[in-house]
Amino acid sequence: MGFATSQSSMNHQSTQSSATLNGTIAIRFTLNGREVEIAVDPTERLLDTLRYRLNLPGSKEGCGEGECGACTVTIDDLPANSCLVPTFQVRGCNVRTIESIPTSSLQPMLETGATQCGACTPGVVVTANWIKEHSSVLASHTLRALMAGNLCRCTGYDGIIDGLEKWIGNPKGGRP
Amino acid sequence: MNVLLPNSLAEACDFCAKQPDLIPLAGATDLLVHWPLRQAEHDKTYLDLSKLQELRTITWSANSLTLGALTTYWDVLQDPRAKSDFPLLIESARQVGAIQIQSRGTWAGNIANGSPAADGVPVLMAYDASVALTSKSGTRSVPLHEYYTGYRKSVRRSDELISAISIPLRRYDFAVFHKVGARRAQAITKIGLAMTRESAKPATWRVVANSVAATVKRCAAVENLLHAGAPIRKPEDFAAAIASDVTPIDDIRSTADYRRTVMARLLYHSLKGVSPAIS
Repeated sequence: MGFATSQSSMNHQSTQSSATLNGTIAIRFTLNGREVEIAVDPTERLLDTLRYRLNLPGSKEGCGEGECGACTVTIDDLPANSCLVPTFQVRGCNVRTIESIPTSSLQPMLETGATQCGACTPGVVVTANWIKEHSSVLASHTLRALMAGNLCRCTGYDGIIDGLEKWIGNPKGGRP
Repeated sequence: MNVLLPNSLAEACDFCAKQPDLIPLAGATDLLVHWPLRQAEHDKTYLDLSKLQELRTITWSANSLTLGALTTYWDVLQDPRAKSDFPLLIESARQVGAIQIQSRGTWAGNIANGSPAADGVPVLMAYDASVALTSKSGTRSVPLHEYYTGYRKSVRRSDELISAISIPLRRYDFAVFHKVGARRAQAITKIGLAMTRESAKPATWRVVANSVAATVKRCAAVENLLHAGAPIRKPEDFAAAIASDVTPIDDIRSTADYRRTVMARLLYHSLKGVSPAIS
């Protein structure tokens, strides 16, 4: 995408972002536990900022329209599609990407064959890790409903749900 | 691309008063779809409302529920009272994308965006919601069913912002929401229907359909049939009312004929037995 776009103007100071700088917006946010300060073009998507400017290529671009979930990150502790977030909107936020999740978490998914081509896996793991950290949501949602925003075109859903049930230790996923 | 970053609703209204062509931005989940390909929209000026915490409120009063304009689908899903008092809000919120969208997308954004396929709008309209429009000169309230004037057109003036959605607390003895898409999750609606019946005497029906007209549409002719207690014995008995209420088209997601046919069946099978006239 074109980062070299027209000027941006910021006539007013926000609590978190400050002045216009060469057509960019200077923002601060927390990324995987550390503070980041960066000047972003207003047209920049969070997914591109992460992948191409902050050296975190784990989040993938699948559809670019908020459907496949391969770009899932958490923003202020809720899953979001980073392809649909203008980076300037994460000023002051706490962003976590797949890179913040220990690889040992993947073991149950490897055991159930939950990953084939691997394109969906980073997003699947981010959503699953969020569910594990917020298991009370399983009182009102099934695992399958919570995972509905992570598409797997190898159609490995049963393996994914089996792996998540093992990992999360909750049997509520269920076959449809 | 220009972005204005107000710190308060008042400041946002000041921006709107000065510059008539600002595009308000909340969750951005619709704006950023295929964003790199939409260069023309990169040159517009946006008003980022996403940090206005004063708009991210859910307020229950004695006679209404008020959703601040930044209330997300997920916020309503987490509200302890919404499910009992407004179950259709929960049902539609669960069917807007998945959690990644529900966490960012807002009810007010769904209204403002003006898509005829909006899934949040039919249930709000079936609950007789009103839209609060705020400008420098104050706030006015518009019934949601009078909000749209055409395809992606509304009564909102360019100096106004949606600040809240207000839903009256009433007793309903019937409420249903149907979304028909290509698959169960992550689909855009081919035809959707939200219906409520107030239990006060005489009963008041509200029937709202989406993806079958240029706007989300309150269906007055269907409501009249129900209020009149006209006998209905098969889906086709709704055909004349449907023809008067909606104007579906053939497009990438479905056909006009399919939409009319399915709408009749949704109405019939949802209502069969609910009223003695429909069997």
